[in-house]
Amino acid sequence: MIRLEQVTFRYEDMRMVFDAVFPRGSFTAIIGPSGGGKSTLLNLIAGFEAPDSGRVLIAGQDISGLPPDQRPVSFIFQDNNVFAHLDIWQNVAIGVAPSLKLDTAQRSRVDAALQEVGLAALVRRKPGEISGGERQRVAIARALVRHKPVLLLDEPFAALGPALRRDMLDLVKAMQQSRGLTVLMVSHQPEDAEYAATHTGFLEAGRIVALKPTAELLASTELPGLDAYLGGWRSTGR
Amino acid sequence: MIAVRYSRAPALLALGFLALALAAGFLPVLWMGAAQGFSRFDSYILRVLSFTLLQAGLSAAISIAIGLPLARALARRQDFPGRRLIVRLLNLPLALPAIVVIIGIIEVYGARGWLGGIFDIYGLQGILIAHVFFNFPLAARLLLAELERIPAESWKLSAQLGLKPFDIWRLVEWPQLKASLPGVALLIFLLCASSFAVVLTLGGGPSATTLEVAIYQALRADFDPQRASVLALVQLALCASLVLIAQGWGGLRPGAPPLRVMARRYDGRDTVSRAWDFALIAAALILLLPPLAAITISGLAQFNANGTLLRAAATSLGLGAASAALAFTLVWPLASQAARSPGWRRLSGLAVLAAWIVPPAVLATGWFIVLISGAGISGLAAFLVIAMNALMALPFVHHILAPAIAEQAAAYDRLCASLGVAGWNRFRYVDLPSLRRPAGLALVMALILSLGDLTAIALFGTQDFVTLPALIYRQMGSYRFDEAIGTALFLAIMVLILSTLAERWSAQK
Repeated sequence: MIRLEQVTFRYEDMRMVFDAVFPRGSFTAIIGPSGGGKSTLLNLIAGFEAPDSGRVLIAGQDISGLPPDQRPVSFIFQDNNVFAHLDIWQNVAIGVAPSLKLDTAQRSRVDAALQEVGLAALVRRKPGEISGGERQRVAIARALVRHKPVLLLDEPFAALGPALRRDMLDLVKAMQQSRGLTVLMVSHQPEDAEYAATHTGFLEAGRIVALKPTAELLASTELPGLDAYLGGWRSTGR
Repeated sequence: MIAVRYSRAPALLALGFLALALAAGFLPVLWMGAAQGFSRFDSYILRVLSFTLLQAGLSAAISIAIGLPLARALARRQDFPGRRLIVRLLNLPLALPAIVVIIGIIEVYGARGWLGGIFDIYGLQGILIAHVFFNFPLAARLLLAELERIPAESWKLSAQLGLKPFDIWRLVEWPQLKASLPGVALLIFLLCASSFAVVLTLGGGPSATTLEVAIYQALRADFDPQRASVLALVQLALCASLVLIAQGWGGLRPGAPPLRVMARRYDGRDTVSRAWDFALIAAALILLLPPLAAITISGLAQFNANGTLLRAAATSLGLGAASAALAFTLVWPLASQAARSPGWRRLSGLAVLAAWIVPPAVLATGWFIVLISGAGISGLAAFLVIAMNALMALPFVHHILAPAIAEQAAAYDRLCASLGVAGWNRFRYVDLPSLRRPAGLALVMALILSLGDLTAIALFGTQDFVTLPALIYRQMGSYRFDEAIGTALFLAIMVLILSTLAERWSAQK
């Protein structure tokens, strides 16, 4: 479970306040206009930003003061998830040991993760030699071997086509269910939320304005900001 | 891509002028040098060549050995007090005229200097001190810009994976630097192999001289164009191959890279890393500050505005304005064609490097040979200095103008084509008004370069034809070092005022 207790953060002219609970094992999509603080929310949980006040708790433990590598969190970015000069296998292995010195058990964990994301045949390739979708699979495989209970994704599949995006969402969903992960995914695609997320939060001007089961939130009509954000999507997008 | 008619005549004229200037430089050298055959390629020339390579190699190696750790420290210490100021300070040695910096170095490290002569400032040691002083900040600036290009996600990923400083060096920093390191080393090597002022003032006779200065001595002291032409042939082969290798490698970029907002970093917060970075930055400042302070302090004490100084200043400004105008007139049409055709882009990219491929002393040798057989040079000295300074400024002017012109072409070409605005009208009503800022910046840049130049004026100057750098050199040579410091401060202030104004102006939106 992720809990944000009156977490405040000031960025330039905007004061953000986050107060929310994401239950253990839930898959929450975060949607909302650009510049509203979606990425900042993830950065605060991952420890890339420090809150001005308030606390961030994961599984009941206050992690607000911990450096990023000591938090029980994995993060998948939109791009640059891989080190360009390490091969695919090493890029996953570095999630187990930064020294890249792995024992037999650890090696087989890396192999199994690569198998699971469908990259077993490409392990010796460099990131420049595989497609954008395959590079995101590397990041997913690394999150698998790191085995952290929280997975944060920041517009992870925005650069991929619709079919490929579904495949990737399936992969993340399967991973979330088999491992009982708490997933938080920032996305600009309401259909991604609809397809994969049990819950969806609408974030606007530094506040989580609504956080509900996905179908309920996407159907709700009492939020003017949401209407403006979704535009005609509700009538034509489906 | 829409074909836009843009008159080729000005660009062809510019290219013709460059071709003529270059041909007048290197054809006589080739001809006379080849006529000498290998008989003149004696042990003296071999010694000069090997010293040139030795000092340039050592200078490049030491500059990178200091510049690389410094760049890493500055990149990691984003919150270091005065970091922006320190980074700007790194631009200063190359922004100031070489002769001014040399005066500062002599005042600190020279036999009667602040440090009381702990080094022998003349000969290899002095040349290395000066070259490293110029180029370690350049190396640091270029490599810092490279580190700033590392994407934000890499730092986040490193933080999440808990990478240690050595892992970060191995996995993030070194892979980013690796590709650009040979280019930086080559640039510094090239600058040091063709450096003139440093070797002229700090070189110690025939045992510590470089090709560039040996050519100057053969021409101006020994009146031996034959020897000069053989030396020039060697220098031409060396510089042309270095420039062409560097171009093939991704290109020589003159000038300091712009400061950019760097991705937030999460590493290097432990005490050891902090102490290491602080020590490195402090050491760099200890190297950098004393010569600059020396010019200011001793210069203020010695400054004396007399008639000679003011006459030299007027000459400098006049020559500078003329060579800036010439450089601009050459680059503008070339860059305009380059913005619209890939063929011209390659051609003009190479053409503006003319004075790097055929270094000044080689050009001068050729021009001497041509003009001695004709009318002689004394009447033409001013024109030769203007032409050579313009050639030396071309890469810098091109670096500022070309991207702006390309951007402007992309924005307005189709509109102008549809309205039928072309030729002189287009230049007057569209190009010039919208490119006022880069054009002004390019002119000031060329003016500054020409103001600080000692090479052309040393090669072509006469007793009564003296610029500020030439005056400084003359005062040094006639045991009036105190006066030289005063003049150096005057020149430094002139250049700094101009560059500050240009920077202000280009920063306004």
